[in-house]
Amino acid sequence: MKKLFQNSAFLSLLIAASAVIFGYWLLENPRSTLAFLLTLGALLAAFMLDIPKWLKVLVGGAILLLVIPWAGFKNSFLFELGVQTGIYAAMALGLNVVVGLAGLLDLGYAAFFAVGAYTWAIFGSKQANQFMPWHIFPLPGAYFYLFMLVAVVMAALTGVIIGSPALRLRGDYLAIVTLGLGEMVRVLANNLDHPINITNGPQGITPIQRPPIDWFIALFDKFGIHMSRAEAYPLFFYFLVLVIIGIVTLVNIRLDRSRFGRAWIAIREDEVAARAMGIPLLPTKLLAFATGASFSGAMGALFAAKQLYVSPESFTLIQSIMILVMVILGGMGSIPGAILGAATVTILNVDLLKTASDYLNDLRNAGFVLDLGIFKYNFANLPNQLEPAKYERMVFGLIMILMMIYRPEGIIPERRHVAEMKEKE
Amino acid sequence: MKKVLELKDVHTYYGHIHALKGINLEVAEGEIVTLIGANGAGKTTTLRTISGMIHPRKGEVLFEGAAVTHLPAHQIVKKGIGHVPEGRRIFPRLTVEENLEIGAYLQNDRQEVERRKAEVFEIFPRLAERRRQLGGTLSGGEQQMLAIGRALMQDPRILLLDEPSMGLAPVLVDVIFETIAELNKRGKTILLVEQNALKALEVAHRGYVLQTGEITLSGPAKELAQNEEVKKAYLGG
Repeated sequence: MKKLFQNSAFLSLLIAASAVIFGYWLLENPRSTLAFLLTLGALLAAFMLDIPKWLKVLVGGAILLLVIPWAGFKNSFLFELGVQTGIYAAMALGLNVVVGLAGLLDLGYAAFFAVGAYTWAIFGSKQANQFMPWHIFPLPGAYFYLFMLVAVVMAALTGVIIGSPALRLRGDYLAIVTLGLGEMVRVLANNLDHPINITNGPQGITPIQRPPIDWFIALFDKFGIHMSRAEAYPLFFYFLVLVIIGIVTLVNIRLDRSRFGRAWIAIREDEVAARAMGIPLLPTKLLAFATGASFSGAMGALFAAKQLYVSPESFTLIQSIMILVMVILGGMGSIPGAILGAATVTILNVDLLKTASDYLNDLRNAGFVLDLGIFKYNFANLPNQLEPAKYERMVFGLIMILMMIYRPEGIIPERRHVAEMKEKE
Repeated sequence: MKKVLELKDVHTYYGHIHALKGINLEVAEGEIVTLIGANGAGKTTTLRTISGMIHPRKGEVLFEGAAVTHLPAHQIVKKGIGHVPEGRRIFPRLTVEENLEIGAYLQNDRQEVERRKAEVFEIFPRLAERRRQLGGTLSGGEQQMLAIGRALMQDPRILLLDEPSMGLAPVLVDVIFETIAELNKRGKTILLVEQNALKALEVAHRGYVLQTGEITLSGPAKELAQNEEVKKAYLGG
């Protein structure tokens, strides 16, 4: 049996078959969480297991570009899930540069997300008219792409500003200072509605312009697929996020193998030795900080356009911690790990826990009685407080503890870590 | 002979602790100079002061006649001072080859990096055999070779070696000292800090004896090895 699973041809067949079956199931039942998870499972298996590359691309392409969009038309929640996963995955990849490669524990990462989001929110809405003279705002949606770049620059700059004092510290001290500085950005967003109204304070900014998608609708029209604007936007954002993830992943792979990637790893491994090698500590750390921040900034701009609304509440400490959880869960320093970690946490957060809550609710409303002979329980008596969705943070805490005990190197460990474990055996 | 390195009345502090109390020292081109002394005498601090890891409060460090006293560490490396820190400090999760490449971090010319790597592999054939292995899995002796090789990748004008024989088996200690002599034959100027004073004075041309932050004796290595005080204090006789 074990031999059979090591046989590449058999594995290929198994993965292809499961991708087809689960994919078809999802198309038939777009609201089934189980079908969705199994489809993603087939995708993950195709990526992780030892099968020919063309098949990996085929399975990945079919699931990401055909099955999920198709099912998404019947259940647009899938797009929401996909876009959120993508945004978090890009941020996890960015934080992975800072925490995973350079070994700098940053607990204020959501601040850069906020900077990116506000960069587009302010100029892509009427908000900028409050403090700028020309009354040309909101800028047309086409400026969104330009402002994604502006957001990258702004976030990187913020990274340098926050990093310059903070990166002189190490370890726990660095973590605490980044936590504080990150909170400062949120507090600023909350209070910069006077004396000059820049962020509109706690009310937040809305509505925010979205990139124009007439060309996108026209493109699909040519293939005989007709969509309304409301239907097209989720699909558009889904594809946009896929493209961005592709770019971000490529940049990450290049960075990992670059001179700077090496220097970051050297600093993570041993600062004294890195200095003795002629690596300037502060500039190199700042570069890691700014690089990580820039990813987050780009996703912030996208988030603002997708949500149509930003407010300081979206950029709390818990956000920073959640992204950190994704990186640790996936495996620090590991690129596929960061993506998988982001997907796991997001799906758990926005889908699984809610589904479980809904399920319990249904049981309660139906007055289901669990009868085990000696033990009888009527679900109608189930207190509201016991809904899994309310235990989100506890569930994450539990996952973290279990990971630290049983698999501290993460689900998909960094390549170097794997080599180390193997050689130790 | 041309002076490569010169320390003039160097005072270094750790907070309120006066660690170096006016060190005067020089190393000429092509020399092996050793700095011997007991634990806590200030040997490592002297090397750290030279390589810019810590800056002196008073005095001057001259490299090839120019002051490098207050330059940051990475610029001092760039000038040509290679520091092999105490305890080897190789990068355990990088391969042997990657460790060496980080040594040449400041060198942008790929061909030059390859040339130096080939030279290091020629000096340390053991490293060539283990080039794809992770640094952390090497034996103590191999790690020391890697640490020296990594510093050689900077093609330094002077090599600062901090306790290269520390924690090694006697056979390996011999190998390391042979390597130091070999490097010197190839033209490297070396400043060697050692607790193993006997071995250090055997391989060095000149020596300095450091005691609680001050240089108490100096001279040709052979004379120091015969000196009664040195014998009593450091040579176990």
